[in-house]
Amino acid sequence: MARDVLTVQASTVASESATKPHTLSLVQKEHSGRRKIKMGREAPSQSQMSYTVEQLVAVNPYNPDILPDLENYVNEQVSSQTYSLNANLCLLRLYQFEPERMSTQIVSRILIKALMAMPAPDFSLCLFLIPERVQMDEQFKTLIVLSHYLETAKFCQFWDEAAKNRHILEVVPGFEQAIQEYAVHVLSLTYQKVSRSVVAEAINVEGVSLDKFIEQHVANSGWVVEGKGKLVSLPRNEFNHPELKRTSSAQSIPLDRITRIFPVLG
Amino acid sequence: MSAGGYDYEEGLQSSIDGGISYDPSFVPDPVKSFVVHLYRHIREKNVYEIHQMYETSFHTLSDRMFKDTPWPSVEAVAQYVDNDHVFCLLYREMWYRHLYARLSPTLKQKIDSWDNYCSLFQVVLHGVVNMQLPNQWLWDMVDEFVYQFQSFCQYRAKMKSKTEQDIALLRQHDQAWNVYGVLNFLQALMEKSSIIQILQQEKEGLEQFTATDGYDYSGGSNVLKVLGYFSMVGLLRVHCLLGDYQTGLKCLLPIDISQQGVSTSVIGSHIATVYHYGFANLMLRRYVEAIREFNKILVYIYKTKQYHQKSPQYEQILKKNEQMYALLTICLSLCPQVNLVDENVNSQLREKYGEKMLRMQRSDDESFALYDELFSYACPKFITPSAPSYDEPLVNYNQDAYRLQLKLFLYEVKQQQQLSVVRTFLEVYSTISLEKLASYMEVDESTLRTILMTYKHKTHSVGADGKTISNADIDFYIDDDVIHVVEAKAPKLYGDYFLRQIVKLEAVIGDMDRVKLE
Repeated sequence: MARDVLTVQASTVASESATKPHTLSLVQKEHSGRRKIKMGREAPSQSQMSYTVEQLVAVNPYNPDILPDLENYVNEQVSSQTYSLNANLCLLRLYQFEPERMSTQIVSRILIKALMAMPAPDFSLCLFLIPERVQMDEQFKTLIVLSHYLETAKFCQFWDEAAKNRHILEVVPGFEQAIQEYAVHVLSLTYQKVSRSVVAEAINVEGVSLDKFIEQHVANSGWVVEGKGKLVSLPRNEFNHPELKRTSSAQSIPLDRITRIFPVLG
Repeated sequence: MSAGGYDYEEGLQSSIDGGISYDPSFVPDPVKSFVVHLYRHIREKNVYEIHQMYETSFHTLSDRMFKDTPWPSVEAVAQYVDNDHVFCLLYREMWYRHLYARLSPTLKQKIDSWDNYCSLFQVVLHGVVNMQLPNQWLWDMVDEFVYQFQSFCQYRAKMKSKTEQDIALLRQHDQAWNVYGVLNFLQALMEKSSIIQILQQEKEGLEQFTATDGYDYSGGSNVLKVLGYFSMVGLLRVHCLLGDYQTGLKCLLPIDISQQGVSTSVIGSHIATVYHYGFANLMLRRYVEAIREFNKILVYIYKTKQYHQKSPQYEQILKKNEQMYALLTICLSLCPQVNLVDENVNSQLREKYGEKMLRMQRSDDESFALYDELFSYACPKFITPSAPSYDEPLVNYNQDAYRLQLKLFLYEVKQQQQLSVVRTFLEVYSTISLEKLASYMEVDESTLRTILMTYKHKTHSVGADGKTISNADIDFYIDDDVIHVVEAKAPKLYGDYFLRQIVKLEAVIGDMDRVKLE
């Protein structure tokens, strides 16, 4: 067979660096004219076991074998009150590639975790990856409604609906606090001074607990109680105090533009 | 690769108006000359010549001789090029691209094309190629690879018209255009080329890549590196097709799109990058970012499209241009920030979508129909990546993915419905009590509070670094029950103005000096 001119002789090529044990092996099996390309991971070596899930997601995300690891990771996030959007998106993608392997329980947990990440749009990002007919499932419809209330700041309706669906939500510890944080965030964007009752409605806390909540924020987040306890003054930030907005850096001129007048300056 | 696998007859039946016979083994003289010269130029690494042949000669010949038929088979031309394995893979890649562009490939041909890409990429990944190819060609490879994948998924999802034969073939070749395969190839190209490390080291001055446009002037090959680079754009594109915008943007991170680079050296790649980047940001509600990038690319196209009139990509450029105007319209309707838009782009926008934009700002059914229309026109061709269950009844589900994205997008638009109403009031008042505004808007006070908080939430998106960014051009804050409106003033760019005038004045003085008074 004629020697290929456009390829370098195999012997002169530096040996392929096989540094990563999980390097993809593209195995080509030629079998009576039928070609089959196999994509997959090589057999896991010892060092592979010590790869964390985050590393797997970063380096080898398009791999059906990591699906169980990712599912375990979701449960880990729930129990240890941590969160990883990238890992969860990776799992939802794998579910998209192999719908028969999808677990509605896991998806539900991912969605609840995403709700807790508000104001980040994580919930929508997850929904983009979940097929429509799956979203028709009752518990997902509920979560979507909850998300809608939060996105449109309808806190009163949100807490009502959440109470009715406690059995879905209590699976994930830290849910209530996370939503309260989001509510405080929206209040801080909007109000310089806000009445106690509005705060109460937003975070779903009343009476003595509300006093404690406000006290904590006075101590830690710069809240100030005014108007004989009826008003709360929220900490100044650039969103509720626009005069604080840093004047845009357009006032500074990049050096390469100044060079235009160097000849003039002599 | 066996030649017998190509079902020419089948393919031609659907695409030829009676009677033109196609003999795959007949090689007309111009084609002979073409492959001989191309092969020589590739051997001698004459990138410029290769580019001319690839960009111009190939299309001229296609127009002249292969309008309705495929090019001669690779087996027929192999004898003129020493049966070089790699050249044959390249020729075949062009062969299939031509087929897809001008004719309708059969299922078997689609599968064979996949096999060809596998072989081609494997050769590249094993690091044994000794060529320099023009960036245009390398971009086209990645672009076409993703395009054929998208086209195959669409095709596969149209189950209704499938014959028994088709289904048997699909079952047999379940690896062809498998989503794992596609993603892993792109990932492998990116990793094996170490492109991320190269770009990183370039920032520290230890490597040359962008400066040489990716070409290797020390006798090596640019193929793996540049394919690895373009694979990042390929990954962004595939992720957008799947609806995973977050990960898509992550894949693109190593490329700084605000800078000139290899991605901007090929106009097709530049446009594809910004289009998908902008679309992903739109879906992530980072409207200001999307507007900025769409504006920049539309200005660029406006200024440079005349130079591309003769190029085979011209039509694609125009199409993407129109789509990006539609996306820009959507962004500006949701996030009015007209000061971010260039004059020329703005006037084009008014021309194409001025009236529609006004109607979209209203919160009625008609505006939804318009959002629907523009989104549907401009969005990527979303896909369902999983293979169908061939045992279930045959239905067409190729629209499912698109319908989902559209539905979720319109859902978001609905949530933002009230915002434009609020804006019209904020534009008029500097302070207004909640009570009064509530009565104007015909809602009760507590509903008004939720609407105002929604306004705040929706106009303040979370950036890539987790920080809150304001997208609002009109903002406000509430002091218990009084709204104070704050208008964001576009900062006056004195600096730029003075610089321009100084240079101008200097030029005038120079001119005057040269005038000789009689």
